[in-house]
Amino acid sequence: MTLSIRSGAVSRRAARPRTGPPFWLAAPALAIFALFALLPLGGVVVLSFTEWDGLGTPSWAGTDVWFDTVSDPATRQAMWLTLVFVVLSYLFQAPVALLLGVFMAGRQRYRAVWSVLYFLPLLFSSAAIGITFRSLLDPNFGLSRALDSTAFRTNWLGDPDLALYVVVFVVGWCFVPFHALLYQAGVRQIPATLYEAAVLDGAGRVKQFRYVTLPQLRYTIVTSSTLMLVGSLTYFDLVFILTGGGPGDATRILPLHMYLTGFRGYEMGPASVIAVILVGVGLALSLALSRLSGAGRMQSQQAGL
Amino acid sequence: MRHTGLRVVAATVLAATLAACGGASPGDSTDENGGDSSGAGGGGEASAWILTGGGWPVTAASFERWNESNSDQRITVEEYENDAYKEKIRTSVGSGEAPTLIMSWTGGTLADYVANEQVVDITADTQELVDRVMPSVAQNGAIDGTTYAVPMNDVQPVVLYYNEDLFDQVGIEVPTTWAETLDAVEAFDEAGIIPFSLAGQSVWPELMWIQYLTDRIGGPEVFQAVLDGQPDAWSDPAVLEALTRIQELVDAGAFGDAFASVAADQSADAALVHTGRAAMLLQGSWVYATFHTDAPEFASSALGFTTFPEIEGGAGDPGNIVGNPANFWSISAAASEAERQTALDYVNEYVYDDEQLAAMLDAGSLPPVEGLDDQIAQSDDAEYLAFAYGLVQDAPHFQLSWDQALPADQAQELLTNLSQIFLGEITPQQFVDAMNATL
Repeated sequence: MTLSIRSGAVSRRAARPRTGPPFWLAAPALAIFALFALLPLGGVVVLSFTEWDGLGTPSWAGTDVWFDTVSDPATRQAMWLTLVFVVLSYLFQAPVALLLGVFMAGRQRYRAVWSVLYFLPLLFSSAAIGITFRSLLDPNFGLSRALDSTAFRTNWLGDPDLALYVVVFVVGWCFVPFHALLYQAGVRQIPATLYEAAVLDGAGRVKQFRYVTLPQLRYTIVTSSTLMLVGSLTYFDLVFILTGGGPGDATRILPLHMYLTGFRGYEMGPASVIAVILVGVGLALSLALSRLSGAGRMQSQQAGL
Repeated sequence: MRHTGLRVVAATVLAATLAACGGASPGDSTDENGGDSSGAGGGGEASAWILTGGGWPVTAASFERWNESNSDQRITVEEYENDAYKEKIRTSVGSGEAPTLIMSWTGGTLADYVANEQVVDITADTQELVDRVMPSVAQNGAIDGTTYAVPMNDVQPVVLYYNEDLFDQVGIEVPTTWAETLDAVEAFDEAGIIPFSLAGQSVWPELMWIQYLTDRIGGPEVFQAVLDGQPDAWSDPAVLEALTRIQELVDAGAFGDAFASVAADQSADAALVHTGRAAMLLQGSWVYATFHTDAPEFASSALGFTTFPEIEGGAGDPGNIVGNPANFWSISAAASEAERQTALDYVNEYVYDDEQLAAMLDAGSLPPVEGLDDQIAQSDDAEYLAFAYGLVQDAPHFQLSWDQALPADQAQELLTNLSQIFLGEITPQQFVDAMNATL
């Protein structure tokens, strides 16, 4: 018995490359990935060195497109807005999702009821959410009309100084449930014995959260953060429906800027440049996150249990 | 039990997330087979994409009539929302997947199609139709004397609508000059009424202001210079003055303080007028039908309409109008011979035929066809239609909307900068500099 466990452990460590499923099992997935992701990506990279209005034949323009696009004040402004958007989104979504997830992981019946309510935003399509929020926040015909309250008469989406924050809130409202779900699953996997031990050591609720829950959720946090950061970097649909990048250019984040340049202005070259930048930054970001957090060395935290 | 329930919820939630991730972008929800013009099959079957809302049901009905009596030459019709259409049609034309009948607003888009040989010369095939149409409208479909597009629906001048009840309430007359306009703005502002409803979220309604002001101040030559690509054409003093007057209006509260939240695609700008919260609205003629659909009682009792005010000392003719001459049909060069023939037959036999003319007048939209005075006098909306008909016939110049007239990249720049002018984020000079850079 003991022997077999030990030899199992040894062989697992030494022969890991050999025991995995054969490589060709990944072939279909790789083929699809190449066809629908790598190939178009290559196309976009090529397009980013051309000038093309979407109708004729693309004409080669070399690195000029890159210089023009990157030095364009509109692109600079979009980059800055994207940074603000990503940071604010993260600061809003991460704590709320974590706390909600931990709360929902409790086994009490009333929490289950709340959980169902919290999940609701996930069930709606983002187009519907966008249109609904736009109507609710309309200072002329929205909530202010129904409730006759001056608080809602604020020009939420029409004020250039407010619009971005409102967008961050609505996007957060939409995505917090998903991340809360991740955290809920993460918390449910933490063995009860850890909490029992903590209680024996005299830890209160806050200390349990700080010294048991948080460290145990480490990899969930990494996963959720990566999804949040890269997700809000490339986020498009809700912003497009809520404001279309306006008022002025107050919410014209990079993905919107790319879309408007490409499919409203029909400047496919500059739009492709922005797309390549987005891909580059997104990849770098997720890579950096997994490096920093040591996710590459991810392994069970339950050794010894 | 409880756990199973939760699991089901969670599974549903995940499924929904995945579905949302792969999610369709707004606009292509209408029909995935939209680009499938070839899917219409062989024979003489053609395809056409039209829009929703406004007077478009009349066009849809015209296709239905065609299909009923021409089962061997059917035309499949897809309906799109305005913005979604503009995005989809361009990529479809570019990839050779366009419908047989390509609808456009002419201007820069049509010029691009022609330059890339994506639409065919229909000068000879449509001569008869073109001869019946008002020249100021029909000429938009011609490039260098060759007809590539023919008008297919109502002529759409931009007019000034107003709420008669509100003018009675405040006790002033409808402004006919700029000085009177400023007085009216002040009077309504004091009465707590928004003087002008403006759909600033959609931005393009803001164009109507700069178009009319520039034309009234400097005449149509100012924008023609921009179209001709003359260096620094935007620096014309008329443009600067128009922009300055716009910002004066905004500062005086002429558009209220929430115009940037008003969207035209939901007709919120018209709603402000018929719910009595805004006094006037500068919008296209298609809004007349919107008023009648959304607020029939208001439309028949208190809806007034007039021309854009004169500007004292301006060089432009006060009879000039701006707007969209009409929507136009072109025929795709990618279509087969049989498809093209079907499309041409439809255009020649059904566009502005007696039934369509009657349906248009019934719907309160104005066909750009000569010699309709008698029919208009007998229609239900005789007062409005006669006003608009006279406006179009007498106009020395009919300016196509700037965003349609300009190439797409310049139009986008124009819309962004104009919205910033209205928001007070840039000065007229910054606008001019930014726009000159696009020439």
